[in-house]
This record gives sequence, structure tokens and C-alpha cells, in this order.
Amino acid sequence: MANYYNDNEHLKFHLNHPLMKRIVELKEDNFKDKNLYDYAPLDFEDAMDNYDKVLEIIGEISGDIMAPNAEEVDHFGPELIHNHVKYARGTQENLDAIIQSKLFGMSLPREYGGLNFPIVPYVMSAEIVSRADAGFANIWGLQDCAETIHEFASEEMKTKYLPRFNEGATAAMDLTEPDAGSDLQAVMLKAHFDEKQGVWLLNGVKRFITNGDADISLVLARTEDGSQDARGLSLFVYDKKKDAMKVRRIENKLGIKGSPTCELVFKDAPAEIIGDRKFGLITYVMSLMNSARLGVGSQSVGIAEAAYHEALKYANERAQFGKPIIKFPAVYEMLSNMRAKTDGIRSMLYETARYVDMYKIYEQIAKKRKLSADERKEMKYYQKYADLFTPVLKLFSSEYCNQIAYDSLQIHGGTGYMKDFSIERIFRDARITNIYEGTSQLQVVAAIRGVGNKSYLKRIKEFEEIEVLPELDYLKKILQKLTSHFAGITAKVYDENDEEYIDFHARRLVEIAGYILIGYLLMHDANLDLKYRKSADIFIRMARAEITRNISYINNFSPRDISDFKM
Amino acid sequence: MSFKILVLAKQVPDTRNVGKDAMKADGTVNRAALAAIFNPEDLNALEFALRVKDQKPGAEITIVTMGPPRAAEIIREGLYRGADHGVLITDRKFAGSDTLATSYALSLAVKKLAPFNLVVAGRQAIDGDTAQVGPQVAEKVNIPQITYAEEFVGFNGDKLQIKRRLERGVEVLESPCPVLVTVHSSAAACRVRNAKLLMKYKHAKTDIELQELSEDYWQIFENRPYLKLIQWSVEDLQADEELLGLNGSPTKVKTIENVVFTQKDSLKMGASDGEINKLMKSLISSHVLG
Repeated sequence: MANYYNDNEHLKFHLNHPLMKRIVELKEDNFKDKNLYDYAPLDFEDAMDNYDKVLEIIGEISGDIMAPNAEEVDHFGPELIHNHVKYARGTQENLDAIIQSKLFGMSLPREYGGLNFPIVPYVMSAEIVSRADAGFANIWGLQDCAETIHEFASEEMKTKYLPRFNEGATAAMDLTEPDAGSDLQAVMLKAHFDEKQGVWLLNGVKRFITNGDADISLVLARTEDGSQDARGLSLFVYDKKKDAMKVRRIENKLGIKGSPTCELVFKDAPAEIIGDRKFGLITYVMSLMNSARLGVGSQSVGIAEAAYHEALKYANERAQFGKPIIKFPAVYEMLSNMRAKTDGIRSMLYETARYVDMYKIYEQIAKKRKLSADERKEMKYYQKYADLFTPVLKLFSSEYCNQIAYDSLQIHGGTGYMKDFSIERIFRDARITNIYEGTSQLQVVAAIRGVGNKSYLKRIKEFEEIEVLPELDYLKKILQKLTSHFAGITAKVYDENDEEYIDFHARRLVEIAGYILIGYLLMHDANLDLKYRKSADIFIRMARAEITRNISYINNFSPRDISDFKM
Repeated sequence: MSFKILVLAKQVPDTRNVGKDAMKADGTVNRAALAAIFNPEDLNALEFALRVKDQKPGAEITIVTMGPPRAAEIIREGLYRGADHGVLITDRKFAGSDTLATSYALSLAVKKLAPFNLVVAGRQAIDGDTAQVGPQVAEKVNIPQITYAEEFVGFNGDKLQIKRRLERGVEVLESPCPVLVTVHSSAAACRVRNAKLLMKYKHAKTDIELQELSEDYWQIFENRPYLKLIQWSVEDLQADEELLGLNGSPTKVKTIENVVFTQKDSLKMGASDGEINKLMKSLISSHVLG
């Protein structure tokens, strides 16, 4: 009888952030749905109570069904039968529970059968599911595809496809190909319009497609003959009912084994185009990738939480030299650092989710009426910060969940290396988070612009203006000092005016920005609830050491030293 | 006429997670110290009813529960999972009822809800473990009963096919309707709450609960009549007060003793197959196993 929502007090803390009142009121637009739908909230409190109670259902399914299934799912995985995917028994049981509970389409509007939840509780649900089974979190999180259809497809397609999500349809985004991984501009899967049938037909191969045999798939394809770059690509919806796509193989992976990673062959597969031709990659997929990165953020936080729980439990139970190992400094230091890192990336996750909520809600409102100048300004403000925070979130959360899983296994000692404890699975599952949906290296590429144009610095300065309790003042002083170091070292690197030199140190600079941002977020959490003072203190201590290290490396490095590294 | 299913359910103290203060000094259950939950086998019964409904589109499920006002929570929990209506039987005069008095009250409610096709109940409740109430209701309503049900197999025309769990096997029975079925814990676990139904029914209230709320709240009941839960008293059931509560309960608790398990003898055994074989034989011959 485990409930992964109720047993984690941090979730309720983030769900009840002060900005939620704005988010909910904008999202529910004067609670007009209450007269149209029997499950729509009456007011703000009622909406918040709905999120709380629905997250409790997800917590229950995660704790009572998904977590107990996880080991078996990891062991058996999905099967390929007659060119279609058969989920592992446990995966199917998890999915049945989700469908039965009407949880899919969580953020879709009610007119399409959705629950009309903001991004914050949706992201929270993904965190909860990931803690139970990180592989299943992909099948859960791919409902993001519904958002892409909702944002960009025609009204006719929305009416046709969107209600199917709440009825239980699963989704996939078919982007990657053998020669188009990080560089999606190289996608070659061909789409041509068949004049006779009046439909688009897809032909070609996709590789590494998560949940590739889904009911509804978004497929990136080349519509413009002879084109080579992103401008020749469009996005399509393929419906499994058309039965014109085969799964050629399921990859055998290191982790997240329950999530089928497929190689797909499309042969004259009829599909419907989303929005306009040529905007497939440059607009629609870019938007989808941002929510996918938020998804990996939530997955990483869930994995970190799972790894921390396992370590804490084991360290309390395992006795050596006459006492539980948690009493030894080497172990409790690791645990406290793990706790602080988890609190830090969680705070970053929900901060980013709130930014995304704010601007996406405005985008939806803007489709119905003209926004006022103030509203437009606010939308731009949050959109800018959502774009700025997303790569830092993806970078830190995925790297940290790996570090935390590593440390958790270390605390288990030899036992952790055996299949008997779940940490070895968590450790393997964590490894994909800093690879897919853009590697850590690519997150740095996305973030470094914000260092160069001082956007991060600007946000940090805004954070600095928030008053904190006197007992937190010492932390603020440290952060202020670190910020001035950040400004100084950034100027030093950029003053060289050498692209390669900047790229070489980009990760170090982005990390410094991330440490300061997370430090501020944790201090602000402590400002709202002093139970976070400990994590804020420990994190900022760690941040100071890491920043000092990065600065020292840069300070002792001149542009000509790069030649020693070149391969 | 739709297929009508009644589910008899009980709110019970959670005796599975018993702490030090679970019992009062006088030997009665300290209900305040234990969480009130949906009796586990009644959840199996609800799932059984929901599976019948899945195969019989348009079927309606009514949860019937007897207890204090807070037992309305059981009805809401049922509605969140797919039940359609709920009846709370509540009255101080029911207090102290044993199985005979309880089944009398429930049978009156069941008769009042007639016509119906199926009554489903959990085999037994975890606070009393008697397994008597279901069968007694069937007798009082004068309908056939199938106990220890494990699975709803399906319809054969108008008849229900039901698999029973027996001590040394299973059997499949067929019964005309109406019939009362008690469901065993080995049956399918109850489905998880449905998010949309939860948001729809979380405001459902009985009259007693409604009185405790502010008047602003009453407005929503005008637009949403399904939020009003039925509440029946002794008077509503036209029950004979002599057959209710303590008056109607021949079962009297004589004494309650605390039993402390003590270790009497111990057995040392080796790790060989022969030793384990010997142990198994002795456990079987002493009827601990088998």
C-alpha cells in the first residue's frame, strides 16, 4: 500500500507554489467549464483539490502497481510478435490501470476529453511515475504528442485524434533515423502526396523510436523533393489502424527496458499532415522537443528520488562495525548531498514548468482573443525564461540523477551490484537521461547563448531582489559573491573573441550559471518553508566548491592550450 | 429495465495496521485509533459488480452501506470507481447491531430497492470476520446465494455463471437472477479510482453532511442532483425497533482476553533435503499444512 504522491512531502510543497493561483485562474478562464462538464472545478481551491486528489491516484498506481511490476518488466521486456510490439505483462498492467483511471490527456482541454490540468501537476505525475518505473514513464510522457496535435493541427484533426487519448490511445514521436540522430535536419523518410487517393504516403525507415508501435504516431518526413535541410521537413500523424507500418526490431538496451525502442518501416503508409508544410522540424518538433526535455527533467527527478530512497533505506538497515552505516560521515555526507541535489533539481523542474504553463496558457488564450499589451509582455517574459531554463534543467537533472544513482549503488556496496536490489536497475535506467532528447553536450550548446547575452545573469539579478528571512541572509551573500565571479569569468572568456575557446569552456560556464540558479531556487524554497534550509545550505556549499573549480580551470587556461586537446 | 446491481459494503477500522492503542482497556476496538477504510473484500465485491456491468451496458450499481454518517465516504469511493448510486443507512438506533440485526436492516434496504437482479457483498468484514451477513440477507430476502465467488465468468442467457473458490478447488455455478453473491479475497482486486469520476463525485454528500457545509455550497446541488446521496433512517425502512441494534442482537460479548503468544518448544534442524522432508511430513501430519 505505497503511495508515491502522499509519501513525498516535497511534491505538495511545489504544487502549492504561490504562482499557481495565477496559472489556475488563467487556465480555467473564470471557471467557465463548470457549467459544461461535471468534472470541471468550481473555483481555485476546487481545482487545486482536484490536482491533489488525481495525483493521489497516480501515486497509488505508481506505488501499488508500477513499482512492484518494475523488476519483472526490466527482466522480460517487450516482445516483437508478427512485426508488432507486445508489452511486457507488467507494462500492460500499468497501462490498463492508467487507461481505466482516465488519466491520459491530462493537459488537454475538456472539449477533447482531457482533464485540462496545467503543466505543473502533469509534470509532477511524470515524476511520480518515473520513481516507480522510469521506462514506463516514457509511455506515460508521450501523451505530450497530443499537445503538439492540439497546438498545431487543424480543427478537423483535433476532433478526430484528441479524444482518443483519454480513451487510452498511446503515442510515439518518430523523429530519429539511422543517419539523423542529434542532427534531425538529415531526416530522409519520404512523404509524397498521392493525387489519386488524395493522401500523403510515407515511405522509409525510423530508428530508436520509443514506443514505436503506438496507436497514434507523429512522424517527421521529407516532403520537399531534393531538399537537404530542415526546411524540407513536415510533420505527420500516422494512425496504427492503417496497418501500413511494421516494427522491424526492438532494441536490446542497457536500461528502461520496459519501454520498447523500435525500428520502423513505413511502406506507402497513409498519414495526415500537421499544420503547414516545411514547418515540421523548425516549428512543431522544436516545440515538442522542449516539452520532451521537460519530460526528461521529470523523469530524472523521479529516478533521483528512487535512488535516494533506496540508499537511505539501505544505509539505515545495514550495520557494519557495530552500527548502521548511515552513522558514518562518509555515508551520511553522500546521503545529504544526494538529498540536496534532488531537492535542487526538483525546484528547477517546477520553476521551469511554471514558466511553461504561463506562456502556453497565454498562447492558447491568444487563439481565442487578442491579448492586451501587458498580457503579451508577460507571455514573452515567461517564454523567454522557459527557453532559458529548459536546457539547464535537462543538463543538471539528468547528470544529477546519474550521480545520485551511482552514489546510491555505492552505499549498497557489493549488494548493490547484484540483481537482488532495485538500485542496479535504477542505475541502468538513469543512464539514458543525459543522452536522449538532446545530450548534455547539446544542452550546453542551447544554453551558452544565454551566458553570452547575459540572460542568465539578468534572471539571477531578479532572484537577488527577492527579500529573504534574516536567517538565510548568509546564503544570499555567498550567492551574490558567486554571481560576481560568474560575471567576471564570463567576461574573461568572451573577451578572447574566439568561438572555439568559448565552446571549449561552454560547459564550465553553463554549469556555473546552473549552480547559482539552483542555489537561489533552494534558498527561496527555504524562504517559504525553513525545512529546505538544510538542502539550500548543503547545495550552496557544493556549488561554491564546483564554481571555484571551474573558474580555476578557466583561469589557468589560455586559448593556445586548446591545441593540446585537439584530436 | 436496466440490469440492477446492489453492492453491500462496509466501512471498517483498518485492523491490518494495528498499533499499540488498537484496543481499549475494556477489550473493545478503539475505532478512533484506526483509520476507517473500505472493507477489503467489499472492494473485491465492487470489482465483481463492475465486471458484470462491463458486460451488461446500461447496468446500474448502487452501493448500500450501514454505519455512522462518515460511512458516506464508502459510497463516494464506490462512485469514483464506477458505481452509479449510493444509499447510506444511518441511525443511532442501529448502533450495537450484530450480524442478525445488521442483515435485518440491510434486507429491508435491499427490498426497498427492488426490483434488482444481483446483490454482491464481500465474503466477510475484517472487523468481525463472521461471513454471516451476506448469507443472512439472502435468506431474509428469499433469494438464492452463491458464496466464496472468485470470478464472474459471464452470462449464459439471463443466467450468471460464477466461479467459486473452495477449499480444495474451484467450481463454476450457474444461477438465475436475482441472486446474492459473496466475493472472496482471491477475486480480482478492485480497479483504481477514475480521475474524471473522482472530480465529478467528490462533492457528493448525504443530508447530514450537507448540513455541516456553508450555504454557498448548497447551490451546486441544484444544478447537480446526482451529488445528493440517499440517506435512510429506521423510519425510512419502517423497521421493527425490537429487531435492531442491541435489542435485536442475540450475540453478546462475554469476555475478551489478550492472548500473548509464547514460545513453547523449538526444533533444531539441519539444512539437508532429508531434514526438510521430515519437517514437511510433520507439518502435514499435524495439519499445519495441507
